[in-house]
Amino acid sequence: MKANAAYLLHLADNAVVLGQRNSEWCGHGPILEEDIALANMSLDMIGQARLLYQLAATRIGGDASEDRLAYFRDASEYRNYTLLELPHNGPLVGYAVADRDYATTTVRNFLYGALMVLLWDGLQKSADEDLAAIAAKSLKEASYHLHHSRDWLIRFGDGTEESHARAQAAVDHLFAYSEEFWSDSVAESAAVDAGVGVDLRELRSAWDALVDETLTEAKLARPEVKGYLPSGKNGAHSEHLSYLLGEMQVLARAHPGGTW
Amino acid sequence: MYTQSMDIPDAAEKGPPESASAASELANAFEARIDADGRIEPQDWMPDNYRQTLVRQISQHAHSEIVGMLPEGNWISRAPSLKRKAILIAKVQDEAGHGLYLYSAAETLGTSREQMLEGLHSGRAKYSSIFNYPTLTWADVGVIGWLVDGAAIMNQVPLCRCSYGPYARAMVRVCKEESFHQRQGYEALLVMMKGTDEQRAMVQDATNRYWWKCLAMFGPPAADSPHSALAMRWGIKRISNDELRQKFVDATVPQAKVLGVTLPDPDLKWNEARQHYDYGEIDWQEFWTTVAGNGPCNKERLATRVKAHSDGQWVRDAAMAYARKYRERTITEAV
Repeated sequence: MKANAAYLLHLADNAVVLGQRNSEWCGHGPILEEDIALANMSLDMIGQARLLYQLAATRIGGDASEDRLAYFRDASEYRNYTLLELPHNGPLVGYAVADRDYATTTVRNFLYGALMVLLWDGLQKSADEDLAAIAAKSLKEASYHLHHSRDWLIRFGDGTEESHARAQAAVDHLFAYSEEFWSDSVAESAAVDAGVGVDLRELRSAWDALVDETLTEAKLARPEVKGYLPSGKNGAHSEHLSYLLGEMQVLARAHPGGTW
Repeated sequence: MYTQSMDIPDAAEKGPPESASAASELANAFEARIDADGRIEPQDWMPDNYRQTLVRQISQHAHSEIVGMLPEGNWISRAPSLKRKAILIAKVQDEAGHGLYLYSAAETLGTSREQMLEGLHSGRAKYSSIFNYPTLTWADVGVIGWLVDGAAIMNQVPLCRCSYGPYARAMVRVCKEESFHQRQGYEALLVMMKGTDEQRAMVQDATNRYWWKCLAMFGPPAADSPHSALAMRWGIKRISNDELRQKFVDATVPQAKVLGVTLPDPDLKWNEARQHYDYGEIDWQEFWTTVAGNGPCNKERLATRVKAHSDGQWVRDAAMAYARKYRERTITEAV
């Protein structure tokens, strides 16, 4: 059984976009140890993206390759969760420039990490053996990412007044974006129907439990979510993705005949 | 990556340290161990000048690793393929790791990381001047690997035999990783040279911009190098700046030929009598201008480090506050 390319691209886009975002901390971390940890997680994400794009490329055929898929698709063709493309700061328009906020980074990594330990675990049993193998490798990485972000979220929530306020603001800003995890997408439905994907709605109660238990320990409140439902996984992104891709793709696109 | 800086006095220093000539028994034992090419360990007695020289050198080295993350980090977001992006992140991460264990090695001499960072952030402590130049194209990333790390290896391999144990041991690992970086950088350039005309031009341009700066990296000739003589005597420095520079030139010229780039020095030619390559005059004026803080990127590099540190203050405070609370709770529960 082979997973549909659109499902693989969704998983790959998630990994590359968050890998790109987290690598922005390289050289700017709050302490040397965290600089190293963030770079390490970014490397894991880029590694996952490479494997998934390579697999997708074999399924798509023709001139598809990992770099064609990463560097020569536009924002509207990307299928990542909107949560992952947001800059490391509070709610601002696409061309606003702000300082990176480590609480935002940490909360995002936590919300996504809590999902991915469950999703990769489920995908280990995918009927697509290649995807199952990538899931087994990625699960180990996601477990570390969750461990790391969970520890820091608790430190922030139960640390100083400032760190608590920053963590709560980041939770309030980002939590609504996690709602996208549970919404429909054509690629996911097709993968679930074919037995190669995981129905995320079945993971929701486990995710809720993990998140609630952590927020309680961190003395943070879970905000009520209502209104707009982001849908990056269906191609409807925030203002931020085209900036992220514009930077990431600039050199590859300036030298389309280049070899690197 | 590294650095000429071991020979460059920090801003607060008056000049080279005085000779360690205390006639005490401890001093004699220290000198005897140095003479026997033995290792000095943290718990051993050592002259103040030896300690200060090492703290200055190791912290300058650590600072160079940390500041050196910035020029290469400049290209992480725009790396032209996912493979090159992963290689570059891993490399910059390695530099952070080098910084970490060099700060740790210096801490064994009784100076905290916080004190050393304060020295860097206040502008008092130096770091390698090579990082005060901009990385203008992707080829700079490859050229820094090939030439800057290549020069660093020449400087660092002798440090694996440095008389101070923790520094020497840290350098063994640093050297292994630097040598890997050097090969990765060279390989990236080889691939680019097989690409388009624009890519080849990019590699030549980056080589032109970095060649002379790499030669200057080894530091001024011994006569102008304030710390060299004593550092040699103490086994902290093993080979002179000029010898290391010559070794680097001799090793690099054939590599440039294989790569297909021209090194930008009309005086560069094989000298049959010396069995070495001759090379042209280094612009020491430019070197000292940059060391003094007036190079193209000094202010940006330093301000960026200061900003990262001050922006991260609340994160470090939170970690400390939580650790305190956790400890208190653990004690309360135990009682």
